[in-house]
Amino acid sequence: MGQVRHLGRRVVRRRTSHGRLFGLALVVVAALAATAAPVIAPHASNRQFPGLLNAPPTWPHIVDDRGAWRAPFIYRWRLVNQLEQRYDEDRSASLPLIWFKGGTLVQSSDEVVAPLLLLGADSFGRDVFSRLLFGARISLGLAIVASLGALLIGGAMGGAAGYVGGYLDDGLMRASDFVMVLPAMYVALALRSVLPLVLTSAVVFTLLASIFAVVGAPFIARGVRAIVRSERRLDYASAAQALGASDLRLLLRHLLPAARGFVAVEITMLVPAFIVAEATLSYVGLGFPDPVASWGTMLHDAANVTVFADFPWLLSPAAAMFLVVLGLNLILQDGTPIKGVARSGAGVRDQAASRLGYERPM
Amino acid sequence: MTRYVARRLAFAAFLVVAVSSGSFVLARLAPGDFVAGSLGINARPETIERERARYGLDKPIAAQYRQWLANVVRLDFGTSLLYDRPVRELVPERAANTAILAVTGLTLATLAGLLLGSVSATRRGGVLTGAIRAFSVVFLSLPPLLTSLFLVFLAARTGWFPISGIRSSSSSPAGSTLDLLHHLVVPACALALPLAALFERLQSQAMREVIGERFVLAASARGVPWSRIVWRDALKAALRPVAAVYGLVVGTLLSGSFAVEVITAWPGLGSLMLDALRARDVYLVAGCAGAGAVFLAVGTLVSDLALAMVDPRARE
Repeated sequence: MGQVRHLGRRVVRRRTSHGRLFGLALVVVAALAATAAPVIAPHASNRQFPGLLNAPPTWPHIVDDRGAWRAPFIYRWRLVNQLEQRYDEDRSASLPLIWFKGGTLVQSSDEVVAPLLLLGADSFGRDVFSRLLFGARISLGLAIVASLGALLIGGAMGGAAGYVGGYLDDGLMRASDFVMVLPAMYVALALRSVLPLVLTSAVVFTLLASIFAVVGAPFIARGVRAIVRSERRLDYASAAQALGASDLRLLLRHLLPAARGFVAVEITMLVPAFIVAEATLSYVGLGFPDPVASWGTMLHDAANVTVFADFPWLLSPAAAMFLVVLGLNLILQDGTPIKGVARSGAGVRDQAASRLGYERPM
Repeated sequence: MTRYVARRLAFAAFLVVAVSSGSFVLARLAPGDFVAGSLGINARPETIERERARYGLDKPIAAQYRQWLANVVRLDFGTSLLYDRPVRELVPERAANTAILAVTGLTLATLAGLLLGSVSATRRGGVLTGAIRAFSVVFLSLPPLLTSLFLVFLAARTGWFPISGIRSSSSSPAGSTLDLLHHLVVPACALALPLAALFERLQSQAMREVIGERFVLAASARGVPWSRIVWRDALKAALRPVAAVYGLVVGTLLSGSFAVEVITAWPGLGSLMLDALRARDVYLVAGCAGAGAVFLAVGTLVSDLALAMVDPRARE
């Protein structure tokens, strides 16, 4: 029995580490794609191809009709039905792909007539693949900036509450309990709609980042507070104090770093929540203005059901979102030891929620 | 226990008042108002002034808030500017739709989650456990926004289920419940799937811990059949984590149902709130937010009490 159980545990552990590697790979690929978007993307994010509205993806071929192998090439789309926007492959002429021209990785040899559309075109005739890459910069960038903001606010709140204690602790924790109970999507909606509906994208970015930071901060503050409180009672903290460390130094140098593990886990949970929140807000038209490519605005373009039932490639931002969130969840999979939380007894609810990688605000 | 209940009730009342007041003030502070939005840019200034006075939008914000509060005490929540109907009629209609969606979703998710979680915890290895695990990992990464998009896509492609609205225009009164259920499939599943995955993970972990306890070994040594130990004793002991997370889930459920409502055109509170916010319809915004807060307060209250009953330690 003991033997069997031991074996079982080993197998399970090996399997999770595979999952974690896969998750890491997904996230790294997404980050690289976002960073290198100007090089990888074949087109600018707002370039329109008027003859190719809702055109399907052009798959690169390597075998032509006579069965001969060739360098990767594509066929051009020919409009068959203007009303239904149906296209047919024009197999009479093939267009070879051209690599490393004009600062982009790959393009078709005739960009005007037959552009390379790896994920098709949207209803304005814009390249979905390129928009997806540029959109990743905004969507992921916003989520990361907002999480860092939440870390800053939450760390300060939690540190102060845990270190000072008393009324400050009570007040801050009541406030964060209150914010945590609210449905975050509605808070974000209400706060967003205080400002004019149409804003420049830089303003929207800052605005959404600060709203998300405020909504996400309590989740970090609670854990940090619990860790700071319990670490403060430990010998090394009294030792530092006895050596003459000031309160601020004790907090910044010794106590807050103890929350590192917890904060890392928490940020991995906030980032996907913020990606989805941006997408939801942009989807309902309260996020980024239209020409800007973000995953949410792309979904907004596809919002009409009849449209995305006929042109499924318009849902690719949803698939991209799923892959990134899946990657982050796989990294978190099972029992990442959350340092300090278990020791400090942060409450049933926190433990239950944080163990599972849930506790996401949105 | 009485003091605990009283404290939770006070918090619930505070929640409702704070949320509806806050959203009233926020919606009022927003630039542009309903009159400017609805009459358009070419309206004459006198017309705008007259309309503002009619809706009480010409008063300073403090006076308008006091007036609204005084009316609310008398259960008069104002008239929606957008729909020209009393908020008191409009909101409960939509809130009931949201409640149908949320309760169905939560029930489905709880049943599926507890069942799958118990199965995956008690069978180590095997195809079934692997499949359940994969299901959870996938759906934990698919928030309601994405599940509803994919389900709507599938339903539109296959034509098996209606993809929007709450009833079909041609339905007869007799078949209306069936029609409603038919329309409910896509939104309820979209809401339930991510939650089911969450409950499955929680239940699986809790169950595995319980099965390692000595009372299970003792019962099994006395010859109690294994299925009875799992489904009667261990299941009961492992309910706590799911009960504990219910309180957090209520908020998530409302946020999730917002996305689902907008995508599947389910006429619920979320889509009403969105319309109200867009049109700067202050009274309706406050009414919707208040109703949402009531949901939230009731949900957290019930889950807190349930948890306090299951686990006396939570009462502090």
